[in-house]
Amino acid sequence: MKPIQPMEPMPPSMMARLKDNKIIQAWLVLILAICFGSSLAGIQLTLGPRIEENKINETREKVPELILGAARAQQLAETEKALEIQPTSVAVTKNGRQTAYSVLEARDPEKGRLGWVVKAGGQGYADKIELLLGLDPSAEEISGIFVLEQKETPGLGNKITEEDWRGQFIGKDTDRPLEVVKDRVDEENEISAITGATISSRAVATIVNTAVADLKGKLAAQ
Amino acid sequence: MSDQPTAAERFIQGILPENPVYRQLLGLCPTLAVTNGMQAAITMSGAVLFVLFCANVIVSLIRNLLKPHLRIVIFTLTIATFVTIADRFLAAYVYQMSKVLGPYIPLIIVNCLIICRCEVCSSKQNVVAAGADAIGQSIGFALALSSIAAVREILGTGHFFGIRVLPEVWPDWVVMVLPPGAFLTFGLLLGLLNWYGTFRAEKAERG
Repeated sequence: MKPIQPMEPMPPSMMARLKDNKIIQAWLVLILAICFGSSLAGIQLTLGPRIEENKINETREKVPELILGAARAQQLAETEKALEIQPTSVAVTKNGRQTAYSVLEARDPEKGRLGWVVKAGGQGYADKIELLLGLDPSAEEISGIFVLEQKETPGLGNKITEEDWRGQFIGKDTDRPLEVVKDRVDEENEISAITGATISSRAVATIVNTAVADLKGKLAAQ
Repeated sequence: MSDQPTAAERFIQGILPENPVYRQLLGLCPTLAVTNGMQAAITMSGAVLFVLFCANVIVSLIRNLLKPHLRIVIFTLTIATFVTIADRFLAAYVYQMSKVLGPYIPLIIVNCLIICRCEVCSSKQNVVAAGADAIGQSIGFALALSSIAAVREILGTGHFFGIRVLPEVWPDWVVMVLPPGAFLTFGLLLGLLNWYGTFRAEKAERG
């Protein structure tokens, strides 16, 4: 008697093979991905310019205050005269590496150049600190600073954003680097540290010093 | 399905009996991270409401087409889309707030509260129940976030919604605004709620 042979498996039909195909199974994922992707592209196209504008405005709004000081900026806002703001970029080569500072030039329509606003950043105590530094036309004097972004300790390091503290920088000479001191300020180039936040205070002074050292010559020459 | 809760039940359950934060302990990352101020907490709750509602409705509409092994991919895809939309809208219309919330808005994508609702409710029930569930859960989430944020903002800064409520002599408890304050407040509030729950259950037992 012949042994019973196991039956050959039937070849899967075309339909069944298609059903097993991983790509076919994922048809819903693919269709959703296309739909969602195109709707996101649409959103980005509509909102993208607005978001960019928000970012630029945040910097521009601060320019009059940083160049002219709070009081005169207020006066200017009331007369509805606006400063002309010209964005430029200044390339600096340091230790063989090229970095670029984004610099805004503020001009008065009649009186010409009023000063510079430099965007500078560096390491703080918790995270990167990003600030705006206002300089007079010849970059001889600091006309103000403003902290754009910081994540310093609330209650201590985040006092760097307060006007009382950052007001110290106004009118400082850029000839000598600024120094942070813990007690009384004696010298012209000294900044008094925030109690309990010496590192944050030093970080801000260092950012300012670096930006001044990098840009002073180039801005004065322009 | 007949054994599933109705839309009204889903709505009620989400607010307190199955509160996402205090009862299910889901979505704790934003709960701990953005509750140092009321404004941030409310914005975050609003973003979660939008994402959860849209994701629940979409998933519920396509629930009969879902394949078991591909469902998580589809949930994540849907959630990620709406989170991105929410993120862009915040950046365009409330730029300062979007800077405060920073990475926590994109992180809603991995908020397990939302994927949990897709899995438990909207992939099994109709659109009405899914929508009601999303709103109920979001209200529960908002309540939890604002309760923690209220305690932290008042004790940590003496302000509520940015308005001074405690007298100037109040020594701001800085720790409440810092991350440890989130854990302390959340732990204490959670303990308080659990204690109250046990207390009520015992009272009901004794009659």
